[in-house]
Amino acid sequence: MDILAELERRRAAARAGGGAARVAAQHARGKLTARERIELLLDEGSFEEFDMFVTHRATEFGMDRDRPAGDGVVTGWGTVNGRLVYVFSQDFTVFGGSLSETHAQKICKIMDMAMRNGAPVIGMNDSGGARIQEGVASLAGYAEVFQRNVLASGVIPQISLVMGPCAGGAVYSPAMTDFILMVKETSYMFVTGPEVVRTVTNEVVTAEELGGALTHTRRSSVADAAFENDVEAIAEARRLIDFLPLSNRSGVPERPFFDDPGRLEPSLDTLIPESTNTPYDMKELILKVADEGDFFEIQAEFARNIVTGFIRIEGRTVGVVANQPMVLAGCLDIDASRKAARFVRFCDAFEIPILTLVDVPGFLPGTAQEYGGIIKHGAKLLFAYGEATVPKVTVITRKAYGGAYDVMASKHLRGDVNYAWPTAEIAVMGAKGAVEILYRAERGDGDALAARTRDYEARFANPFVAAERGFIDEVIQPRSTRRRVARALAMLRGKRLENPWKKHDNIPL
Amino acid sequence: MFSKILIANRGEIACRVIKTCRRLGIRTVAVFSDADSRALHVRMADEAVPIGPAPAADSYIHIGRVMEAVRRSGAEAVHPGYGFLSENPRFAAALAAEGVVFIGPPASAVEAMGDKIASKRIAAEAGVNTVPGHPGLIADAEEAVRIAREIGYPVMLKASAGGGGKGMRIAWTDAEAREGFVASRNEAAASFGDDRIFVEKFVDQPRHIEIQILADRHGHVVHLHERECSIQRRNQKVIEEAPSPFLDPGTRAAMGEQACALARAVGYESAGTVEFIVDGARNFYFLEMNTRLQVEHPVTELITGIDLVEQMIRIAAGEALPFTQEEIALNGWAMEARLYAEDPFRRFLPSTGRLTRYRPPPEGPQGSAIVRNDTGVFEGGEISRFYDPMIAKLCTWAPTRREAAAAMAEALDAFEVEGIGHNLPFLSAVMKHPRFLEGRLTTAFIAEEWPDGFKGVEPDAEALRRIAAAAAAMWRVAEIRRARISGRLDNHERRVGSEWVVEVSGCRMTASLSADRDGTSVVIDSGPTLRVEGAWLPGQTLARLRVDDVPLTLKVAKAPGGFRLRTGGADLRVHVRTPREAELAALMPVKRPPDLSGSLLCPMPGLLTRLMVGEGDDVEEGQPLATVEAMKMENTLRAERSGRIARLLAREGDTLAVDQVILTFA
Repeated sequence: MDILAELERRRAAARAGGGAARVAAQHARGKLTARERIELLLDEGSFEEFDMFVTHRATEFGMDRDRPAGDGVVTGWGTVNGRLVYVFSQDFTVFGGSLSETHAQKICKIMDMAMRNGAPVIGMNDSGGARIQEGVASLAGYAEVFQRNVLASGVIPQISLVMGPCAGGAVYSPAMTDFILMVKETSYMFVTGPEVVRTVTNEVVTAEELGGALTHTRRSSVADAAFENDVEAIAEARRLIDFLPLSNRSGVPERPFFDDPGRLEPSLDTLIPESTNTPYDMKELILKVADEGDFFEIQAEFARNIVTGFIRIEGRTVGVVANQPMVLAGCLDIDASRKAARFVRFCDAFEIPILTLVDVPGFLPGTAQEYGGIIKHGAKLLFAYGEATVPKVTVITRKAYGGAYDVMASKHLRGDVNYAWPTAEIAVMGAKGAVEILYRAERGDGDALAARTRDYEARFANPFVAAERGFIDEVIQPRSTRRRVARALAMLRGKRLENPWKKHDNIPL
Repeated sequence: MFSKILIANRGEIACRVIKTCRRLGIRTVAVFSDADSRALHVRMADEAVPIGPAPAADSYIHIGRVMEAVRRSGAEAVHPGYGFLSENPRFAAALAAEGVVFIGPPASAVEAMGDKIASKRIAAEAGVNTVPGHPGLIADAEEAVRIAREIGYPVMLKASAGGGGKGMRIAWTDAEAREGFVASRNEAAASFGDDRIFVEKFVDQPRHIEIQILADRHGHVVHLHERECSIQRRNQKVIEEAPSPFLDPGTRAAMGEQACALARAVGYESAGTVEFIVDGARNFYFLEMNTRLQVEHPVTELITGIDLVEQMIRIAAGEALPFTQEEIALNGWAMEARLYAEDPFRRFLPSTGRLTRYRPPPEGPQGSAIVRNDTGVFEGGEISRFYDPMIAKLCTWAPTRREAAAAMAEALDAFEVEGIGHNLPFLSAVMKHPRFLEGRLTTAFIAEEWPDGFKGVEPDAEALRRIAAAAAAMWRVAEIRRARISGRLDNHERRVGSEWVVEVSGCRMTASLSADRDGTSVVIDSGPTLRVEGAWLPGQTLARLRVDDVPLTLKVAKAPGGFRLRTGGADLRVHVRTPREAELAALMPVKRPPDLSGSLLCPMPGLLTRLMVGEGDDVEEGQPLATVEAMKMENTLRAERSGRIARLLAREGDTLAVDQVILTFA
């Protein structure tokens, strides 16, 4: 009995983390503790903890007198809606969640298991940074984690919930994971903090402005989503996990659905406004195609001229990439290309079929774009689509102009099923621009140009020129888009396509 | 009988007329402006003729263009609906000149009743009670004040050519009389091209009760009882019913007789409405006669079983009325709620845009009630800024007033409209208001019951418990589905629990569930068991449930950790959590939304017609700051508090979007 009691005593000590006062302080900051977060993330009672009794081995600076069990991070595995995930959660109440050699070893252990067993790793970051007392051992620990992030990339999904400070080198572990979710006002990420910034550059900036959730979801695009508090962030992380495969070999998850794959949406017949230059909300199409109108948007606040995220069709996950005519007319620019390219590559890595909804007038012109390297950034999206071997279904709703047409999962980039609505205009450019080039000599003659423009529109502002060449497989009724897409994806479930052997490609980073 | 009728109108009324024509085997011709090429009335009609650009002045009220459409289509008769050309004598004359029948009263009657000053004199001569007032037109604001003082405040300033609440202002003070005169005149000029204004006494405790009449060419005049239209907002009718809960048979008969007398006096034919204002002592005064089909005619149809459009067509074709006064029934109770594209949370300002979702409740018999929805829109259609913001008229009929109101409340809860702001929550609130249910109405009902504007409905504790029980039962269904995802660890699946904590409207309740084949029994806060029944599956946007056998219809939308539920005018963010989750959620800080009270935001898309202040000006609370024109209505934006103007961020003539900042306060 004594031995059992000893176990319970030790467990209780480990679970107490940094003690009641520090836990209260954590709560006062509006944050939950590492264990509370795990409780919310995993199915009730499913958490199996590892390395509860691990302690650090440092002796300098009096560290030998303070060796709390667990060493500032809680690790283990459990289930999310019955599916296996591995989890680590940094404990800010123990040494400020700082990363020691042993702390890193705990994380590495579950990452190694996740790789062997093919299940996602969910990290919850809340750490002051390196354990300074350990010096280079701590830095080595980071690097061990980084190396595993790199090897796990594309093998198992890695999700980071940044729920407190994450600064300095520590940011590079979340940075290499697939998704970063942040909590507004209580989390921040930066390479150098506000004080260093002030010393070095004289910029005065708060931690929230420099690296808060809004900064990273709207400006830097480091983070994929921001939530009001820990509870909401974790609930939405569970929702995201439900969309993701367990690994690159598991295939997409399937769940019962209550939505007819053949559901017609007559309202889509009027989605495209009568005037070709009037915007409309592409998200309406996404929601009406998706099962139950359920859409998990990734990077909703960044590069809003392109929409990325997950839906389900017939209960199975589909990645959606869609131009958004409401923002910058749906042009591709540097930010949109980067955002969508990364999303397409995630989907391809994890065998998630991609649905591309196209209304793109072209690439955004301007010196800012050219100087910023739109050539190479735009190429990322082109590259990502071109290399992707997952099922690719494309629907052109309206404009598909120029090079941007090629980029957006065109037939020529191995699009499997390419649909167009009758309102589609697949052409090198808009009628007005084309006519000005083709009939330069008539530039002064407004009436002649107008006639030429009408003529060009009649000949090219439609999907049939492309359909005649087989670049479009079928011109479909907008109302039947869900049914058509569902059937195409069903038909493509057995798709097998391999790229030539290579060590890896050389995407224009 | 005619073989082809052109409907010189749009929206729900054009659709309404087409329906009757179809039933009678008459071909229909729609007309449409550029903004309406995809409109429902165009889809429903057998033929459709374009009549010009979006502004009504260039299309629907452009007599030349409408006449051209009549000629092109070869229609033998024209139904004008209401509004637009329905009471325009020049249009009737143009039709007559070409031998096309105008389905409406003779031009002489329209003209006699079209002028509010002349009509009052004729009414008085016919023995109809009239309101004290000044018979002449008002030249300027000062004269308005002088006459208003003579009659005694309160007074009403009205556009001579007015209707539909446009060009009307009530004044209680000299300042309001001055301001109201100017506003009425401007609005009248913009809306009717006629800026004549007159003044009359404003009746106390007034109820708006009107008599529907039908008259044929053979001298028969009957009335079809009354409609009460007291539920008005700024003189715009919102809810109508028939009969009136206020009239006794004697008053009803007297009003009916006077209405018929007036119709006879002007040689009336077709359907018409004599509007009365009725005071608290059941004195009734003639207000005006509407020489057309009224918006709210369906309630009369529901209690009498008579199709008014059919009768108008038959009368126009020269047929005699097939019934006598004694044969006209008054059966049960009918209500009409007007669905406007107006956002009640933005002081009822017009909202435009695409109807991403539009699912009216099922029509026809529903239990002992009947539901009818007259609409001119469809899912995927566009609410344009060019026309009236009314998009549907939802009607219910039942044997009693209570039942009709209950059926209406239920139908409103089941009416799904997304993509635009609309007044469904407000209509629901009225339908559940105790004073409304008691029938204690006046035309000031809305102003009195919502003096600070409508801010939504807060359900009472009992309603919250029922909603919480439903939410918990629904959440459990959703969670069970989530736990059935593929790729689970066999034998280590998630077990979805039966204990939940529901948080709604700041209330936290425990919900203990036990589900069986037919429903879920829910114990809220260890109280009595509530039985939740009815089919709801995850993803469905409408849950038609019964809680303890009382209907509860919820509009359901996903939201992190729960739902957004809308019912009975309430818009609720509901969280459903495990007890442990709830415990931890309680530790989360409460965050406040950003404060925008330091700015004047444009409450609707529209044109900034006037900016009345400059930077650095000190303003008083309630002082007009700017006017925005939208939907032909001039809306004055006032200071919500006293302060100094810091910056002007928009200029006169700018087209503004919703929530665009017009100016900021220091």
